[in-house]
Amino acid sequence: MDLNGKAKELLEAGDVKVVLGFEPGTAGVRRPAFVRKAGRTGRLVFDAACTQNLASYVTRKEVKRLGKVALVARPTTLRALLQLMAERQIQEQDILPLALDAAGQVVELPTAQAIEEHLALESSEIPARDRELLDRLGRMTRQERWDFWQGELSRCVKCYACRNSCPMCYCEHCTMDCNRPQWVPVPSHGLGNLEYHMVRSMHLAGRCVQCGDCGRACPVGIPIHLLTFNAEETVHAQFGQRAGASAKLDYALSTFRPDDKETFIR
Amino acid sequence: MTDTFEPKITAFVCNWCTYAGADLTGTSRIKYASNVRVLRLPCTGRIDFMLLAKAFARGADGIIISGCHPNDCHYTSGNYHARRRWMVYRNLMDFMGIDTGRITFSWVSAAEGAKWAELVNEVTAGIRAKGPYTEYQELAHAGVE
Repeated sequence: MDLNGKAKELLEAGDVKVVLGFEPGTAGVRRPAFVRKAGRTGRLVFDAACTQNLASYVTRKEVKRLGKVALVARPTTLRALLQLMAERQIQEQDILPLALDAAGQVVELPTAQAIEEHLALESSEIPARDRELLDRLGRMTRQERWDFWQGELSRCVKCYACRNSCPMCYCEHCTMDCNRPQWVPVPSHGLGNLEYHMVRSMHLAGRCVQCGDCGRACPVGIPIHLLTFNAEETVHAQFGQRAGASAKLDYALSTFRPDDKETFIR
Repeated sequence: MTDTFEPKITAFVCNWCTYAGADLTGTSRIKYASNVRVLRLPCTGRIDFMLLAKAFARGADGIIISGCHPNDCHYTSGNYHARRRWMVYRNLMDFMGIDTGRITFSWVSAAEGAKWAELVNEVTAGIRAKGPYTEYQELAHAGVE
């Protein structure tokens, strides 16, 4: 069944209270749409321009209050949902991910197990463009990397769009907003930007599902998603786990193995 | 300037092993470089990654982080958790272009007074060769008036 037909059916049956998908916005942009009535389903679209990770909405109080949510999900959205389940932020009975196959037909994924099985068929590789940039940064000297990031971060205005777009940044009280004591400087000067992005990346290490939404949300085009990708890749390489791989995943930095191998402690 | 440069080393150490180890260095009358400022924390697991960034921002040229050897943690597993955190954070800092060569991680037990002296001397010499971490310190002062 196609997306609009499935949304109509789900809302008519009444089990799902809201269908979260995309609708055409202005200038070819696709914006998130919350459809709550069966009669209003015709406007949903799904194409390559629908890039936003809708999983960032399902942890919000005002969305949870609506009832069970069916949401259009890309592989990265599904990984975010699994990670949120692993972190006990959502339960599988509260959501119904709708994956679309190549023909535009809806595949319902009602359980965490169904999501895991669906994801097993998908690639977990990051986009080629990001891989290329990561490799290029990896080949640079330390000084060049410093200059690269200082140049990029100098444009940061600390709008926190990266934080707000992230499905994993759901804390009600973010340490960035904590001003007693002031831990991370508020102004978007050199140190404030560096420390903010450092904290953001570390808080997402082992939790980033590599959807890249932070980078897309950035209004000044800083490739900040590479920072969290880097932290995530370290976790994967060192501890052999990837965020969003399963609904039963221990947080990499609050567990340990006595034989974790490092090369730098004397 | 360089010939009068004295490195500032900040050492984050755990209360149970390295702090006691550094104490032993003193009671054993072993002399070592006085460039180190020791900050005692309950456990290496308590050493928040941001403390390192804060030390650099406040003018440290080098950082020592030290605690109990694996299996020796007073709280059983604090150092194992810390180790994982550093593995990720060290890579991230390097990726952001921060000089990880200025940060030395070590396990120093309460019995290793000599190792502590040796560690501090080595790090001090290393940082003396590298010079002050002006790059980071300039960043910390830029825009703050």
